[in-house]
Amino acid sequence: MWGYIVRRLLATIPVMGVVAVFVFLLLHLAPGDPAAVVAGSYAMPKDVERIREKLGLNEPIHIQFGKWISNVVQGDLGDSIFSEVPVTRLIAQRIEPTLSLATASILIAIVLAVPLGIVAAWKAGTWIDHGVMVFAVLGFSIPVFVIGYVLMYGFSIKAQIFPVQGFVSIRQGLIPFVRTITLPSIALGVIYAALIARITRASLLEVLGEDYIRTAHAKGLQPRAVLLRHALKNASVPIVTIIGVGIAMLIGGVVVTESVFNIPGLGRLVVDSVLARDYPAIQGLTLMFSAVYLLINLMVDISYTFLDPRIHY
Amino acid sequence: MLRNISKKMLLVVLLVTVMVIGLTWQPSRAETLLRAVLDSGIKQLDPIWTTGYAVRTHGFMVYDTLFGLDENFNVKPQMVDTYTVSSNKLVYTFTLRSGLKWHDGTPVTSKDCVASIKRWGAKDGIGQKMIASTDKLEIIDDKTFRLTLKEPFGMVLQGLGKVTSNVCFMMREKDAMTDPNEQVKEVVGSGPFKFVKDKFQPGVTVFYVKNDAYVPRKEPASNMAGSKMPQVDGVEFIWIPDPNTAVNALIAGEIDYIWTPTLDLIPKLNAAKGVKVEIHDPTGLQTILRINHQQPPFDNLKARQAVLYATNMEDNLGAVTSDSKLYEACPSMYPCGSPLASNSGSVKQDLNKAKQLLSEAGYKGEKIVFLHCTDDNVINPQSVVSGQNLRKAGFNVDMQAMDWATLVSKRAVRKPAAEGGWHIFQTWFNGPDFLNPIEHIAIGAGCEKAWWGWPCDQQIEDLRTSFGKEADLQKQKEIAQAIQKRAFEVVTYVPLGTVYQPVAYRSDHLDGLLKSPAPLFWNVKKK
Repeated sequence: MWGYIVRRLLATIPVMGVVAVFVFLLLHLAPGDPAAVVAGSYAMPKDVERIREKLGLNEPIHIQFGKWISNVVQGDLGDSIFSEVPVTRLIAQRIEPTLSLATASILIAIVLAVPLGIVAAWKAGTWIDHGVMVFAVLGFSIPVFVIGYVLMYGFSIKAQIFPVQGFVSIRQGLIPFVRTITLPSIALGVIYAALIARITRASLLEVLGEDYIRTAHAKGLQPRAVLLRHALKNASVPIVTIIGVGIAMLIGGVVVTESVFNIPGLGRLVVDSVLARDYPAIQGLTLMFSAVYLLINLMVDISYTFLDPRIHY
Repeated sequence: MLRNISKKMLLVVLLVTVMVIGLTWQPSRAETLLRAVLDSGIKQLDPIWTTGYAVRTHGFMVYDTLFGLDENFNVKPQMVDTYTVSSNKLVYTFTLRSGLKWHDGTPVTSKDCVASIKRWGAKDGIGQKMIASTDKLEIIDDKTFRLTLKEPFGMVLQGLGKVTSNVCFMMREKDAMTDPNEQVKEVVGSGPFKFVKDKFQPGVTVFYVKNDAYVPRKEPASNMAGSKMPQVDGVEFIWIPDPNTAVNALIAGEIDYIWTPTLDLIPKLNAAKGVKVEIHDPTGLQTILRINHQQPPFDNLKARQAVLYATNMEDNLGAVTSDSKLYEACPSMYPCGSPLASNSGSVKQDLNKAKQLLSEAGYKGEKIVFLHCTDDNVINPQSVVSGQNLRKAGFNVDMQAMDWATLVSKRAVRKPAAEGGWHIFQTWFNGPDFLNPIEHIAIGAGCEKAWWGWPCDQQIEDLRTSFGKEADLQKQKEIAQAIQKRAFEVVTYVPLGTVYQPVAYRSDHLDGLLKSPAPLFWNVKKK
């Protein structure tokens, strides 16, 4: 097992290298000039040229890449072109809101979706099953910003229970933290709840048709025991896989949710950086997200060994 | 059994009570913290390094100016106590007010001001012209400095008191010695508010506290002139990128002020209790269509004139908002209502004439690359309308949709359209950018030195130089009109009218907001 983990971790290095080259080339070949954005809309051409020179953007692309990658291997992702703040510090400033939002969203999704999927599978073909599937289809079909605005209108503008926007760190108090994170987490969590509920139902239905389930019933086991102890555990590999995929997909979801609810997290940092062509920030963030994605995949793969004894590495 | 149920019920009631109290509980907030949303997030902190408006607003919070423009566009002394101008208008002597201090407690001196003027003069359009006309800029004593010109320059005071980017902000000498193409490393001004470094999150929030040591002028506040007394303990600029969320936050009372609420959300704001929507900038947004003079067919005057006759202000303005109180088909290249405004040289839409001019230009249907900015609520609809009007006149328009960041890089390309170049784009300026032909970068026609599109006309440049040397308002008006007439003739750009962008604020929270082209937060009290 440990050998497998080490091998997988080592395998991330070339993957990250490919990502680094790809992102760097894509950014520098795509239209956009950070010097023009830095100078402002009303800057004169000669001012833009001076700033471009100062930022080293006139240097050949391989020189720029060489400088950047040599810093990256030393753990320095560079400084933001605009704020001149190190990208690592920008990420550190923004990671808490995103981590909070992602964790709360995935918790809401799991807590909501797994029981719904189990009930739907157990009551397959009934109105309960149909109801859960309608929820799943709706949840997955409605864009996150629509859910966000509806929640904002109902709970912030009308009922005035939650704030419209912003984020308060948990260090500033649990209650303000919960107030700011609840609506965005529900908006984002519903989508993944829909996905996980569908997979849970489908996976359980497949397992419930197996011979050993029939044998368990024949032995006189309680239906609840059959469902939870025998069926659910064997259906859990696809469920865990989809939860892992969901966590990875959250990276995309937080971009929209953070913009709608004005949460100053990594998603908004990505959008701001892309719109401003802040090359070091975009490159650093992409590398970080790639690393997170690879680690989540690794963790999901490792979790299989605990869920299914037949799986060994 | 009953006892068990009662216990469970009690627990549930307790939990629900705690949750309701918890969720409806509001954290205590400083009574005098003003929270505002500007037009973009602030990532840079040097208003000389960039021309961005949000950074200029940051500049007005932290830094002070030698002169300020009042609400009637008159230049008034601000940090300057007294000044004299020699009879030949070549020597200006300035004396600073007593008691001015930087936020670090050190006194403001002449050497700080001289260094600040030099740095500003290296970046700003008027500043560059002023420095080019300068013989000496010398320190007389701690509070007095002298500007000696080698040739007349009538815009000295207007330049030092200008409201548009780059504003001539005064910085400490050690900050002002920074290369103008690099950012200052510290934000220490002498203005009404102090920047709080520890709370700064680039692109998210900027926090300021009241400068208790600020010494205001005795005159009442008027735009950038008069008293700049801070009346709130703190100001926080928070950036809410989603316009709908920003409006909802204002309606919910979470923020106090939005500088540029999206025009299609104005009816929602008008209907909200405790919210006021007002036009604070009488000069409005000057919307324009820019032509690339260097690329065929627009290197031909007749093709440019065809564009002028093809466009229609009312069509363009109506596309931005249906509320006719929020726009004006102003035919002037200087903001309507401002001292230099006139109709000189303006034309009305005439599609037949446009077609005729196009034919005379020898246009054969070559593709016209129109850089279409889709992420600005004014530029986007106007571009669509202009594109259609140009098609009606016979142009083969290729609308290329892109975000503003892409547009500002594409407009720098001077190659033919087939190789990534461009022919037309649209944008807008704040009214004060167009108050006079020196600041007005779109009217300039200095070829390689001109703004994007590079119009080239020696007559306009000579007239601009004459304007710069003239100090008499009447004569300035005559020259300004001549410049406008010529600019319409050679079509340096096409004006598309004025959009009056209102501000929105909580009238039940704020009192004393100043009417100004820029958002100003001194003089404002929190109710």
